[in-house]
This record gives sequence, C-alpha cells and structure tokens, in this order.
Amino acid sequence: MVGQRQWNRRIAAFVFLLPALLGLLAFQLLPMMSSVVISFTDWDLLTNWTKMHFVGWSNYAEVFREEKSYTAIKNVFVFLIGYMPSLAVLGVFLAVLLNRSLPGIKAYRAAVFVPVITSWVAVSIVWRWILNGQSGLLNYLLSRIGIQGPIWLQDDTWAMVAIIAVTVWKDLGFVALILLAGLQDISEDYYEAAELDGASAWRKLWSVTLPMLSPTLYFVVTISLINSFQLFDQVLIMTNGGPAGATSTIVEQVYKNAFQFNKMGFAAAQSWVLFAIILAVTMLLQRLQRRWVIYER
Amino acid sequence: MRGRRLLANGLAYLILTAVSLVLVFPFAWMLSGAFKDSLEVVKMPPTLLPSHWNFDNFARIEQYFPLYRFLLNSAVVAVATTALQLLVCTMSAYAFAKIPFKGRQGVFLLFLTTMMIPAQVTLVPLFILFSKTNLIDTYAGLILPGIFSAYGTFLIRQHMLTIPNELLEAAFMDGASYYRVFRSVVVPLVKPTVAALTIFAFMGSWNNFLWPLIAVNSKELMTLPLGLSKLQGRWSTEWDILMAGNVVSFVPIFLVYLVSQRYFIKGMTMTGIK
Repeated sequence: MVGQRQWNRRIAAFVFLLPALLGLLAFQLLPMMSSVVISFTDWDLLTNWTKMHFVGWSNYAEVFREEKSYTAIKNVFVFLIGYMPSLAVLGVFLAVLLNRSLPGIKAYRAAVFVPVITSWVAVSIVWRWILNGQSGLLNYLLSRIGIQGPIWLQDDTWAMVAIIAVTVWKDLGFVALILLAGLQDISEDYYEAAELDGASAWRKLWSVTLPMLSPTLYFVVTISLINSFQLFDQVLIMTNGGPAGATSTIVEQVYKNAFQFNKMGFAAAQSWVLFAIILAVTMLLQRLQRRWVIYER
Repeated sequence: MRGRRLLANGLAYLILTAVSLVLVFPFAWMLSGAFKDSLEVVKMPPTLLPSHWNFDNFARIEQYFPLYRFLLNSAVVAVATTALQLLVCTMSAYAFAKIPFKGRQGVFLLFLTTMMIPAQVTLVPLFILFSKTNLIDTYAGLILPGIFSAYGTFLIRQHMLTIPNELLEAAFMDGASYYRVFRSVVVPLVKPTVAALTIFAFMGSWNNFLWPLIAVNSKELMTLPLGLSKLQGRWSTEWDILMAGNVVSFVPIFLVYLVSQRYFIKGMTMTGIK
C-alpha cells in the first residue's frame, strides 16, 4: 500500500514537472551551452555549421578591441545614471500624491498607468513625432515661450536625454503604483507616534516614510537596473542607435552583430562579456543593499 | 488648520492633473493625428483636433500591410502564450510545492538560476535552434519560447507553499489522486496569483518586440509591434499613417485595460512585489 503511494508520487512529480523541465532544457540550458561554444567559433550563420572553425579567444579579444562595445557599455551606464534616480525620486513623489484620500484619486491612479500598458514600439513612434525637429509638438511649444529646441533624436547629446526622459515617462506609472502599494503597507502607528513627538511633514517623510519604503525602493532599483541592461525597443525605433552610436546599447549591438552582420560567434562572445558586467553590477548592488534597506521585523 | 488642508489638497490636485496630462496627452495626440490628413498633420501651428475627421490612413496602410492580420496574430500569440504559460507554471509549481521527490531542492535552484540569464545570451542559439527545427516563421515559433517562465513558476509556488498540507492529506484520505488534488484543491486556492500572472504574461507577450523581430520574416505572421516597426520603415515621417497604425495597436489593449483596470494594476504590481 505504502509502496503504491510512493510510486504514484514519483509519477506525479515527473508528469507535473515534465513540460517545465523540457522548456528549461530546450530554451535555457541548451541555448546557454551552445552560446558558449559558438562564442569560440567564427560561425557566420550562412555557412553550414559543420564547417565552422574554433578560433579560441579571438572573438573575446575583438570585443575588447572594438570601440563600439565600449560605447554601448558607456551608453548603458549613462542611461542608468540618468534613469534610475529620476524614476525613483519622481516615483516616490507621485506615489505620495496618489496616496492621499481625495475624491477622484482612483481616476488619477488609472490614468498614470496608461503608458505602462502600451507597447514600446507604438509609444516610441509617437515620441518620434513629438520630438521631431520640424513638425514636432515639443519644439513648437518651446518656440511659443521663445526657446529654439534642438533636433532631439538626431542630436549627439540630446538623443540620450530624450531616450532617458521617454523611458522615465513610460515606467513612471508602474513604479509609482508599486511604491503606492508599499506606502499603504506602512502602519499608521508610526505616523501617529511621530506626530506625538511633534515631527514636521518633512521629518515624517525622511524618518518614517522613506525607511519603511526602502524594501520597495530596492525593488524599484532592481527593476530599473534590469530595464537599463535590456534597453532595446525604444532605441531601435527612436534612434536606431544613432546619431553616430550616441544611443547604441548592449542588446542593440548583440542584435545587429548577430542578425545584420551575421557575426554569430562575435555576438555570442559579446553577450557573455556583457553578462559578466551585469552580474558584477548586480552583485555590487546586492552588497550595498544591506547599508540602506531596512526590513521590518 | 482646515484652510491649510484645503490648500494642500488643491495643490495635490494641481500637480496630479499636470503629471497625468503629461503621461496621457501623447495618446490623445496620437489619436488626433491618426485622423488628420497628410497636410494638417505637419501644419504649424498644429491643430489640437483634426479640422475634418479623415479615415483614409487606415485604408492606405492596408494597401501595403495586413494591419488587421497583425492584430489577429498578436491576439492569437498572446492568448496562446498566456494560457500555456499558466498551465506549465502551475503544474511545475505544484510539483515544487506539494510533491516531495528526491533532488527537488536542486532542480528548483536550477530553475531560479535561469531567471538571472539575460535574453541576449540565449538570443543567438535560440534563433539557430528554431531555424534548424523549421520553426522560424510559424506561430509555434512565436509562442513556444514565451510559455516557460521560471519567474511564473516561482511566484505560484510561493503561494502554494502557504496552503496547509493537512488540507491535501484530507483529500488524499478520501482517495483523491494527485491530479484531482491539483485541480480541485490547490489551483482554486491560488487563483489570485494565477490572475496576476495572467495579466503579466498577456502584457509581456502582447508588447514583445525582440523575439518576433528575430523569429518572423513574412508579413502574414507579424505581430503588432513588429508590424508597426515595418510601417515606420516604409513611411518614416508620414505621421498621419504611422499614428493610424499605432491606434490599431493601442485601442484593443486600452479597452481591455478600461474594463479590467483594477486587475491590471493589481496584477502588474503584485507580480512585481511578491
């Protein structure tokens, strides 16, 4: 009887896990391992894979020689530096406002979420129009107050600024609502205690809200880190990495090397170098987390 | 005191309205642009609303691109991906949470590790795998990579762990099979998390761009984001046409959002936090 039960359990475990295990094997483990192998070959996709040659570390050496790799990495960090703090600060600000119990506040909460549900491609095309130098709405509005706007997306410096601003614009509602959920979890007791001690609104923000919100903020930091390293859709649509590489990014480089220049081996090597950088930054952040994230209990 | 409160509320309304306008206005601008004609769309100073509502832009797109086919493809791919992902994730979550077997800890850890691998690392080999198996330019090729989500498994497993084992034992005592317990006891109890994952998976698939960009060549199989990018390739600055394309992609997801707004926000933020 017991033997039967155990037998059933093994079969059940196997059957319930099988689809997920097959997926893990076919779409994660196998591709990962072949990516390592490919990164040491000169394979160009066009020739048959039986004719590919092993070239040792030369793809990796080329990654470090190529200036474009550095540009892409630099751009991603510039993006990160502009994007992460703006998103966090504006997100907290908006969340605090959305947390007030005002009549009609639900409509505002619904409105700020609209950019979040829309596809990056559609949003990027709309912003290409708004930011257009001649027929764009933004430069028209600027001209009304006497400012001659740049040709945003074709300008060496403003292109990146525009990409950062549009990405903050799209992700702000998401982050604000996550922070709002965090705010609503903070017990009223803390605020009452602070009030008894005569704390000002500003003091309450610094000494109660922000520390209690720090785990949620850490989550926002993690999300913005992932978004930065995965930066692709908006860049491909809005600037295609230009002008002159000013907005080229990691994923954009891997994509173009693999699928436009057919340099599969090189692209694979590039993706691993970038993975190493991502891993390093993530671990660093994890380290720093202990210094500023406060967990209740 | 009361006066100060009134002032603070007024200020809050003012800022909230300004921020919401900035976040929502581009969509209004897109809608209005889609119905302007090619002259009015670049006119300076710009007009807020079209002087006459013009529907030609949609027809012009249809001459070159099967726009409504894109819409259909997006719907098919998103629905199939979401349904299959939910099935695979709840099944594996059940095994990880409620069926003890040898090596469970290790396999689960392997699952979690794959969550860390960024998409660009598997991009090249995945493409090769799909082209060798003739799955490039097929619905299966579009759908398959999206149905396995270690994150989804993890999320549902966490919820399943909170179900007391005594509840399952009672069902086993009554002679229920593992499948029966899964269907009638466990899944009904984790419905909120499954609902949240549904929204998350659907949005992810509906808006996905990178994989369709690689996995599809023919117009007949393009999803909306990919199709829109092709529209941009053909009419790079003909904003009236581009906005018309955007409207077709925006309106369906926006309507779904309006109807199920509460679940959307809950689903997205819940999958985010927990």
